[in-house]
Amino acid sequence: MGFEPRIVAFLCNWCTYTGADLAGVSRLKSPANIRVIRTMCSGRVDPTFIMKAFDLGADGVLIGGCHPGDCHYAEGNYKTLRRAHLMKKIMQAYGIDEKRLRLEWISAAEGDKFQEVTTTFTETIRSLGPLDWRKRIGQGDRVENPVTV
Amino acid sequence: MAKPKLALYWASSCGGCEIAVLDIQEKILDVANAFDIVFWPVAMDFKYDDVRKMEDKSIDLCLFNGAIRNSENAELAHLLRAKSKALVAFGSCAHEGCIPALANLTTKDAILKWVYKDSPSTVSLNGGVYPQTHTKMPEGEIEIPEMWGTVKSLDQVIDVDYYVPGCPPQPFQIWNVIEYILSGKPLPPKGSVLGADDKTCCDECPRERKEKKIKKFFRPYEILPDPNECLLDQGIICMGPATRSGCGALCTKANMPCRGCYGAPPNVVDQGAKMVSALSSVVDSQDPNEIDEILNQIADPLGTFYRFSMAHSILKRVDKI
Ligand code: SF4
Ligand code: SF4
Ligand code: SF4
Repeated sequence: MGFEPRIVAFLCNWCTYTGADLAGVSRLKSPANIRVIRTMCSGRVDPTFIMKAFDLGADGVLIGGCHPGDCHYAEGNYKTLRRAHLMKKIMQAYGIDEKRLRLEWISAAEGDKFQEVTTTFTETIRSLGPLDWRKRIGQGDRVENPVTV
Repeated sequence: MAKPKLALYWASSCGGCEIAVLDIQEKILDVANAFDIVFWPVAMDFKYDDVRKMEDKSIDLCLFNGAIRNSENAELAHLLRAKSKALVAFGSCAHEGCIPALANLTTKDAILKWVYKDSPSTVSLNGGVYPQTHTKMPEGEIEIPEMWGTVKSLDQVIDVDYYVPGCPPQPFQIWNVIEYILSGKPLPPKGSVLGADDKTCCDECPRERKEKKIKKFFRPYEILPDPNECLLDQGIICMGPATRSGCGALCTKANMPCRGCYGAPPNVVDQGAKMVSALSSVVDSQDPNEIDEILNQIADPLGTFYRFSMAHSILKRVDKI
């Protein structure tokens, strides 16, 4: 069986989640690889969430928020923007391709953009292959038996 | 009544934690009075065999500093665990990996190659000889510990009862811990962090904070910071917002930024992620290109945000890149 990317998508309640909903009711086909987690604001997506997602097996993380200027909480998405840029630097330093994290502004009216973003992102991750972070880090576990010297 | 038994040990350590214990000054005599010190390689002559002969759980308190980076560190961790009632991960190396765990950003092979072959100060014999765990000599076979590929915190190898953070822990906090234990009060729940407080370094820092807006980052040597204003406000990366309080904001009082040695504050899982979050709030730009320009001024974000907590980070080590 081919590799099916696992993508965790954090979508803000006011814009992107509603946009995803619109894509659904408009019967636009989106890849089934996306696991949506709804947050009240893209600014709620703590860097810890992104790391946890990779650690727990995500191959890619998508963050969707309102267009600049449209944030329901005024500034949340600007914070998200800076955070995503800094996260990419951290990821690079770890050796994780920064393309595995994508930030997109998708409004409640842009069901078609949701479809386009999720489709192209899934293809990007497919071409990058599995991240398999837990396997790659290896040796992280407790040593059960004492080493005898 | 017999005195309670105390052991102190260093694994992969710089020795600073041991010196910090001596820095409680004349109170060290109180420690010697109150405890029977049964193992302390830096200060007294004990052999590992002395420990092996002890009864299980016969040591009342073991302060274990240093990370676990080789087979000897691990063996002693297991041995002291078996012999101790209360085992404390003492200092940042034992707590969260600290400086030694930055080695997890590369590989054992790369480290050995650099140290024994490529570094300019290395004179290679026969093209570079790596340390061997077993060497035959006329007198018999010599065995030395095996270096591990991954540096681990103490709790990634054995069960730990308490943590005392700091690189090194501040002497007054060490004394607080010892005094607490000597007082005979009931011990705190297992897993507690002792000798530290429950807020962030910023709470202890006397500097004046304003609304932070940062356009440019400086490394400490590049500017003379104002002694009263928050260092982060002045563009110096200060780990205060992502660091547990307890040291008394020692570094910021000396006009140096907090580097994060007390580890993550309570309820923060990952110190570096917390710092990513804190910095993202204060960078003064809404333009993607400018944001990149500003962030590019941070030299080595990973090494800066995880200088002390690499072994405990969510993403832990990279085995190969
Ligand atoms: S915690 Fe700091 S002082 Fe203690 S052994 Fe590690 S590097 Fe040295
Ligand atoms: S960021 Fe640093 S300098 Fe500013 S208040 Fe916090 S600890 Fe003090
Ligand atoms: S100010 Fe920060 S780096 Fe300095 S001793 Fe305190 S916790 Fe450690």
